[in-house]
Amino acid sequence: MTALPAQLQTWFDRQNWQLHPHQTDMLARKDAAAQLLIAPTGGGKTLAGFLPTLAELGADPGPGLHTLYISPLKALAADIKRNLRRPVEEAGLAIRIEDRTGDTTQTQRKRQRADPPHILLTTPESLALLLSYEDAARTFAGLQRVIVDEIHALAESKRGDQLMLGLARLQTLVPDLRRVGLSATVEDPPAIAKFLACAPDACEILVADPGPAPDISMLDVDEAPPWSGGGGRYAIPAILEQVRAHKTTLIFHNTRAQAELFFHSLWLENEDALPIGIHHGSLAREQRLKVEAAMAEGSLRAIVCTGSLDLGIDWGDVDLVIQVGAPKNVKRLVQRIGRANHRYNAPSKALLVPANRFEVVECHAALTAVSEGKLDGEPRGRGPRDVLCQHILITAAAGPFDAEALFTEARSAGAYAALTREEFEDCLNFCATGGYALRAYDRWQRLLRRPDGLWQLRDPRAARQIRMNIGTIIDTETLKVRLKNRRGGTPLGEVEEGFAASLTPGDTFLIGGQIVRYEGLNEMTVEVTRRADKEPKIATFMGTKFATSTQLSDTILEMFRQQDWPELPLATRDWLALQRKVSKLPERDRLLVETFPHDGREHLCVYGFAGRNAQQTLGLLLSQRMQVRGLDPVGFAATDYATLIWGLRPVTDPLPLFRPGQLRSDFETWLAGNAVMKRTFRASAIVAGLIERNTPGRRKTGRQATFSSDILYDTLHKYDPDHVLMQITREEALRGLVDFGRIEEMLDRTEGRVDHRALPRVTPLAAPLFLEPGRVPVAGAETRDRMVAEAAERLLAAAGLPA
Amino acid sequence: MNMLRFSFAGLDLYALPSGGLWWPEEKRLLVADLHLGKAERIARRGGQLLPPYEVAETLERLARDIDATGAYEVLCLGDSFDDTACAAQLHVSDKRRLTELKSRAHWRWIAGNHDPQSMAGDHTEALRLEPLLLRHIAKPGPLPDRISGEITGHFHPKHHLVTRGGRVARRCFLVTKTRVILPAYGAYTGGLALSDPAFGPFLTPGSRAILLGRPPVLVPLSVSEAAE
Repeated sequence: MTALPAQLQTWFDRQNWQLHPHQTDMLARKDAAAQLLIAPTGGGKTLAGFLPTLAELGADPGPGLHTLYISPLKALAADIKRNLRRPVEEAGLAIRIEDRTGDTTQTQRKRQRADPPHILLTTPESLALLLSYEDAARTFAGLQRVIVDEIHALAESKRGDQLMLGLARLQTLVPDLRRVGLSATVEDPPAIAKFLACAPDACEILVADPGPAPDISMLDVDEAPPWSGGGGRYAIPAILEQVRAHKTTLIFHNTRAQAELFFHSLWLENEDALPIGIHHGSLAREQRLKVEAAMAEGSLRAIVCTGSLDLGIDWGDVDLVIQVGAPKNVKRLVQRIGRANHRYNAPSKALLVPANRFEVVECHAALTAVSEGKLDGEPRGRGPRDVLCQHILITAAAGPFDAEALFTEARSAGAYAALTREEFEDCLNFCATGGYALRAYDRWQRLLRRPDGLWQLRDPRAARQIRMNIGTIIDTETLKVRLKNRRGGTPLGEVEEGFAASLTPGDTFLIGGQIVRYEGLNEMTVEVTRRADKEPKIATFMGTKFATSTQLSDTILEMFRQQDWPELPLATRDWLALQRKVSKLPERDRLLVETFPHDGREHLCVYGFAGRNAQQTLGLLLSQRMQVRGLDPVGFAATDYATLIWGLRPVTDPLPLFRPGQLRSDFETWLAGNAVMKRTFRASAIVAGLIERNTPGRRKTGRQATFSSDILYDTLHKYDPDHVLMQITREEALRGLVDFGRIEEMLDRTEGRVDHRALPRVTPLAAPLFLEPGRVPVAGAETRDRMVAEAAERLLAAAGLPA
Repeated sequence: MNMLRFSFAGLDLYALPSGGLWWPEEKRLLVADLHLGKAERIARRGGQLLPPYEVAETLERLARDIDATGAYEVLCLGDSFDDTACAAQLHVSDKRRLTELKSRAHWRWIAGNHDPQSMAGDHTEALRLEPLLLRHIAKPGPLPDRISGEITGHFHPKHHLVTRGGRVARRCFLVTKTRVILPAYGAYTGGLALSDPAFGPFLTPGSRAILLGRPPVLVPLSVSEAAE
């Protein structure tokens, strides 16, 4: 075993720090080409990853980058920097540790490329950017190790795919590079190992002792949860009591909007003025940093947060985690719980607060799964090709490349191991000429093949544009919010463009926990003041929405079979009983469909329990069939368990809508022309570099209004339906937002057994759907024309004009 | 055909679902802002390689409108081409299509801010067809003598309505007492909401918007609403 530098060992001894067995093991296995460590949250994973680096660097290392550390969050990189610098500095080691994220200053970034630190902490996007520079080979010369933290989270997203393509590039630049992956407890370690390794090489897996079982329960609240909604505000007094009883509490929410609302209400009821902060991804960097610093000092008693605090950040002594709203996924719940008692061998303490009555059921199901040690998760498919397109462009930005070599390199990333030459050529062709059947851009190719066979950018200035579009996270269009004052405005955060468009001067909304007054738009920035004299409108943020796992859905349907639910709070018990009385409870092998009028529209609610994405697809498929039958569907909303469709005419006989054979055959035809496809197309088109991210500077004048990506989708669909981007969109939609697999599964288990209940009013189980955000418009051209005509008639009548 | 008839400057005019304006008495079809070659221009300037089918799509719309109306004359109210080079570099198939369309009707081009300096065929800054005056950009203020209506393009107007099924935004005509501003006709064109201050100088009491659709739909605009 390699010894730690003597000073560091002494420092550890002085702190009374004893290495855990898996930390010593990692030190022993430091020469492995690829090594995965699976350890529970709080198990000292990150230190285990860094120990070999510290051992190799020793007390007085020479210059050059030794270890690259990649985490999914900027905050995590900053946190690790703090935690790692302390032992290194106090032990007097001359090891330079720096981070590099979107928040790093321009000067520092430049210096880092020319003179990199020993340990560089960064994110997948910042790595991609580094790799896009001509001097990438020099920056990374001598690199020994790369540590991918929270690899289980990265493995679930395109960010991970981009990272692994980047590592493949790095491996070419520095062939002896060793890879280390650090993962929380997952259901399928070999899948993560395969993701990490340089294909087809093997990857060793080390599994640490999982530690004691968590102490987790439902929070006891006197007041009943509301019928619907996701805020959990009813539980504030009970939550405040818990905050008072603990040192530091993390209060997790599933979405940013909910976190904002909750924080606002919490503050109003916080009579003891306990120091409580808020942290989420839409807040301005300055705001986040302030909260992070306060958290590190231990001066906050609680922090209201979202997924931005989901991953291994270790701030102070968190001794309680509260999850508001159903966790949707057992694995993530377990990982969140690990945030409490970030000490190995001490059980984590967590409380679940269902936000509404349905979530009481969901939380209960999740508790059962945790106690039985059952994790869930669905395997991820092949690497998406829009990410590959971006990778090709990034490679081109760094300099001329050989297509064959790039193809081989890409296949060494596990997710792309099965990539065919033809698929690769399609992507390369797309990057070079657009890849259209009509070869219109031969003169204006983005990439040119030189006489020596290498590919390069036609116009080197395009590199700048490519760099500006790096990344695979597609945010909804957002606008910055600034507080109007003399110093150019304090940044507060961001709101969605659609929300900003709905504001009129004088309107108020919540951001960063304060009510602000909308004053106007100034060069694509929302200007606000602190004068708040109205009830706030709610800022809408589209957070990532996770679908409830198959396993959780099954557990819930199992619970519905009970005669009574003595284990559930009274209100929820009554609610389920009422549903059983006025309609019926959904069953696992039957499909419940309710129809009822409400608020001038006709509604159809189908309880498929197939998860949010599949329920959404079902909504699109059904509404299309309703359209064909002249039922004029207008829109729908989907949750993890049901889809609610509303339209202009009632559905009297829903049975034909659910014939499985026809649903399947309709699927392909349908796939082409719907809103989800367009949304998926937009995301893939941005990732692949067909359209640019909207940067504020480029949108200054409304006059030059950009046209929507929907127009591009329609054009391609009509003139070039087999274009590579259309193929990618189809592939993406099938596994992601469409999730047809779970609809198949639902059809299989119900086998056409449909129970139709025609009712005079909204049913208890359907009520929550009315408050579901993210409504999808589905009205076809004719229905829309009818709606517009109706509205126009009303306006004409109101104006006293003849129609 | 799904058209909407409206009176303007003492004439009967029809708004077409495509965004064209049909003047049956003179058998004239008016269109604005075709922006032919926009995708090519973006590619040439080192931008994105957008699907190169927008010229084909725009010309197809024109062909449909010419067929459906039996127009003798097509009047293009400016920004017909995205820039000078676009006119020269249309794809062979698109060029052939345009030539064919030109043989079916008489064409006149009015210059826009994007248009080439010189263009084949009749090409002018503004065109008097009494009682109408046609130009690219509307001019605030009183109209010239013997002119009772001005028809223009340039602004790409769009408008939204709150309907029973939610908010719907559409390209639209803006119709005031003395002016019509046409929606952009080209396939790759965005829109500017009527609430934008740019429309302020032209809105008068009694202004209306005609939203494109099958058929197009007329809605009243209150000055305050439009300027909201």
